[in-house]
Amino acid sequence: MSIEHRDDTGDRFGMWLFLYTEVILFSGLFILYAMALAKFPQQYAEASHKLNIYFGSINTIVLLTSSLTIALAVSAIQMGRVKHCLNLCWVTVALAILFLVNKYFEWSAEISHGIYPGSEQLAEMGEGVTSFFNLYYFTAGLHGLHVLIGASLIGVVAVLTAKGKVTSDRYTLLENSALYWHLVDLVWIFLFPLYYLIL
Amino acid sequence: MTEHKHEPVPYRTFIQIWLALLVLTGVTIAVSRVNLGALNVWVALAVASVKSSLVIFYFMHLRQESRLFKICLLVMLVILAIFIGMTFIDVLYR
Amino acid sequence: MSETTTYTGFWQESPRPGILGWLLTTDHKRIGILYLGSLISMFIVGACLGLAIRLELIAPGRTIMDAQTYNATFTVHGVIMIFMFLIPSIPAAFGNLLLPIHIGARDVSFPKLNLLSWYCYIIGAVLAVASIFGGGGAPDTGWTFYVPFSTQTSTNVSLAAFAAFMLGFSSILTGINFVTTVHRLRCEGMTWGRLPLFIWTLYATAWIQVLATPMIGITLVLIILERTFGAGLFDAARGGDPILYQHLFWIYSHPAVYIMILPGMGVISEVIPTFARKPLFGYWAMALSSLAIAFAGSLVWAHHMYASGMSDLAILVFSFLTFIVAIPSAIKVFNWVSTLYKGSIELAPPMLYALAFIFNFAIGGLGGLALGAAASDIHLHDTYFVVGHFHYVMFGGGGFALFAAMHYWLPKFTGRMYNHKVAVIGWALLFVGFNITYMAMQAVGIQGMPRRYYDYVPEFTTLNQVSTVGSWVMALGLIIMFANLWRGMRSGRPIGLNPWGAATLEWSIPSPPPLENFGEEDPVVTRGPYEFKGVVADEY
Repeated sequence: MSIEHRDDTGDRFGMWLFLYTEVILFSGLFILYAMALAKFPQQYAEASHKLNIYFGSINTIVLLTSSLTIALAVSAIQMGRVKHCLNLCWVTVALAILFLVNKYFEWSAEISHGIYPGSEQLAEMGEGVTSFFNLYYFTAGLHGLHVLIGASLIGVVAVLTAKGKVTSDRYTLLENSALYWHLVDLVWIFLFPLYYLIL
Repeated sequence: MTEHKHEPVPYRTFIQIWLALLVLTGVTIAVSRVNLGALNVWVALAVASVKSSLVIFYFMHLRQESRLFKICLLVMLVILAIFIGMTFIDVLYR
Repeated sequence: MSETTTYTGFWQESPRPGILGWLLTTDHKRIGILYLGSLISMFIVGACLGLAIRLELIAPGRTIMDAQTYNATFTVHGVIMIFMFLIPSIPAAFGNLLLPIHIGARDVSFPKLNLLSWYCYIIGAVLAVASIFGGGGAPDTGWTFYVPFSTQTSTNVSLAAFAAFMLGFSSILTGINFVTTVHRLRCEGMTWGRLPLFIWTLYATAWIQVLATPMIGITLVLIILERTFGAGLFDAARGGDPILYQHLFWIYSHPAVYIMILPGMGVISEVIPTFARKPLFGYWAMALSSLAIAFAGSLVWAHHMYASGMSDLAILVFSFLTFIVAIPSAIKVFNWVSTLYKGSIELAPPMLYALAFIFNFAIGGLGGLALGAAASDIHLHDTYFVVGHFHYVMFGGGGFALFAAMHYWLPKFTGRMYNHKVAVIGWALLFVGFNITYMAMQAVGIQGMPRRYYDYVPEFTTLNQVSTVGSWVMALGLIIMFANLWRGMRSGRPIGLNPWGAATLEWSIPSPPPLENFGEEDPVVTRGPYEFKGVVADEY
């Protein structure tokens, strides 16, 4: 376009709208969860005990911390501390990778016990347990995909920051990636108690 | 178009929020080990809501945004509540 | 567009020359034209499939295709018409063309996302067409992809579902763009009270696109996952619930019908005041009823499921809420009619389409009440009455509104006028054929003919024949209309700024509009969109 147009608030607003679509996307799975929990309260508690609460808790702490680092990164770029900002971005990416590695070990353990969508062994554990693990895998899987996307976004933004494309004057890209990352955190804040902590 | 920019949030604030989030995580795990029956889910959801409000208002800077942003968030939450709540009208009374 | 003597606006002005200037464009008008071209192409494919269905049903038993082909034909007809024609039709084509101009902006908020949304649309369309010809055979589930059949059939359901997912993504991007644009880019003086009604309806629609579409996204993803892993998410034997699939599906797909009809109502609200030479009756009632429809539309989804086995309480609640939607819809119809009252009515082609819209929409809307009441719905559910009903509102409403928009605005965007006499002939055939086709369907539906059946008992033959003959009249009308528009756009008489004497902003800039719409100075608006005082129509 010949006339340079810039609207940072509009860009952030658009990002918020996009985050709403993500919330609704996940809410579809949470609706299924809520209905099934109402139907099989006992079986859900029983199935929840099969999940490893330590993995879940550690991953919660990892994600909360990564949310902190990316929020700090935004403050850093606003204050012109590019070096801080870069370090914080990379720490966030590292935490995201840590989260996924954790997830990998957690899932491997469960799959080796024959617990995965469509498995015969799972079907024998009864309707409620099957439904719990189906939803667990799909919700956590979709969340994991978002972790992957968010981490890549932050990586790209970090590279752009290093190149001087994201500056203390123009940082909407970083802000919006941070918003996306916080959404990933938000989903986990609900996912964690609902799947790992039912008694 | 010139833009009004957000004041940078000091590192301190964010770290305090992070500590609060960690404490709340501890609370939600601790409470879940006590059997409260159906209340367990509601406590878990309440703590999760408090945690997400902290993330939304501080980490996501909603506090600094204009009223439009807040109204839109409210609209989204109302619609979300309708989607979930009205599905229950069917499932609970079948 | 080969003549160099006439002014050609955005058709010529582009940062990149030639075909790349179109494929990589971020100009909202070019994207609008791209959308219009692609969705009319899809409409023609869908219409041919529709004609084939009607031809098959002209007599009981096998006529032109076997049962499996028939299942695939109505499925693909539905998928194309819903996801590739109606949902993007007015918002993506005319919304893109007009929204920035109507609010005095140079472009939408996110021009690149806008282009991306068109590519998502094209990918979705290509995948959908590929699903017809791919290995397992064309999907045969109906456009609703209901479980358990959709998770068991061996046809290409996954591919079709993924195609619909991409189309949903395209729709979401358009929605985000429009909401942001309306909030951020209104020019000086363009207060909320001066927004044209078309923008109000686009704004309401965009909110539905943002808040409802992701639900179909996750639903379709679940279908694909279910087909891949066989997890039993919706299988009652494994703790799933098939009715929950229907809930998730309709949580989007009911609001989606308002994505299809609301912008159409906006078009009608522009056309009627212009050709009645009167300000729109009840501006704020019209504006707020658009938002009310969008909101109420998210409360009523389960009225598609009365016969599914859901709870009686839910049937009661959703049936009651369904009637609430009738209130804002009726506000709109009454206000259009009140606008006409004592107006100086000119029966130009866009106006004829608008009047046909009101007629069809009133019939379709009243049929909707019969379906919304649980008692009568139990009789009418899954009969041809439903098919007739939704064609009345979707095609007779949404489709006719798109044709009204094409007759109203295409001259603006091409700078040339079509032949009015031929347009009226096309309209008359279309209107008559339409009513014959779908009125006969409603009648045969009340008699009890089920929808989606390949065969029927001999008692239904006469009405089916009437309906099929009607579809031919309609097809003839469509051909005449499209041919006339095409000819007019290429070689019609050049027009001035304002052939219809309308008062909204787009008529104050050249036809076709230039790149970035408003030249050097941003416009400043000092009056409402329907204040015709001092507005003079140009001769053409």
